[in-house]
Amino acid sequence: MADTSLTPARAMEQRIDTALTEEDVRRIVRSEIASATSRDPGARTATIIASKGTLDWAYPPLILATTAAASGMTTSVFFTFYGLSIIHRDFERLLKVSPLGNPAMPMPVTMPNLVLGLPGMGPMATHMMKAKFRDKHVTTIRELLETSRDLGVRLIACQMTMDVFGYKPEDFIEGVEFAGAAAFLAEARKAHLTLFV
Amino acid sequence: MAETEIQEATTVDARGLVCPMPIVRTAKAMKGLALGDVLKVIATDRGSVADIPAWAGSTGNELLEWHEEDGAFVFLLRKGAGIG
Repeated sequence: MADTSLTPARAMEQRIDTALTEEDVRRIVRSEIASATSRDPGARTATIIASKGTLDWAYPPLILATTAAASGMTTSVFFTFYGLSIIHRDFERLLKVSPLGNPAMPMPVTMPNLVLGLPGMGPMATHMMKAKFRDKHVTTIRELLETSRDLGVRLIACQMTMDVFGYKPEDFIEGVEFAGAAAFLAEARKAHLTLFV
Repeated sequence: MAETEIQEATTVDARGLVCPMPIVRTAKAMKGLALGDVLKVIATDRGSVADIPAWAGSTGNELLEWHEEDGAFVFLLRKGAGIG
């Protein structure tokens, strides 16, 4: 019986009958997935919104962006509202940790919110967090920003919130682009992966 | 796995680095390799045990094997024809 309809699946079956080992099949599947993924630009695009301006919340968007870019994805991060502090030239001074209203923050002793709101508590929490990060060899925000740039991550500042806060383009680190919601959405609609942080 | 000696083309020493840097260093090193080359990655970040295989899967590179050695995790990755 002549088989004129040799589908990829049937071809695979025939090859399995002859010589393919399980390892061969795994390799074929892996390369097929990789090549299908590489044909789908949406699977290779990541867009992330960074909306928070504290030291702890500066990490998730930058860690995810650098990892996405290192995984071969075209990656952009849109910094809006307080997130603008992350790409401000003065980010090291601006990014702090607040223990206030954050019951999950590990403290040496349990303290009520009323105490956490006292002067000096914020700087203490920031100092503690920085010491902990140093102790655990956590990458600095500066390093993550440099890595982002290095890997071609697009860093985009929200023009509208810049205007609200009175920021000028020169207030931001080198390489930052400026755009609005429509520009972000134009990119995000192509991406399978869109995160709001 | 057969006890054949795999010869790595290059090694990434990511000991002492935490997420995301072991992946960033691995991706950078892989970029410079040719199809079929083997990259050795040494990391102490416990997250690497999940992250390196996941990264390999999503970039079309192949994790040949991994093991723990002297308190570090050693991974052997073969460069694939994928996107990474």
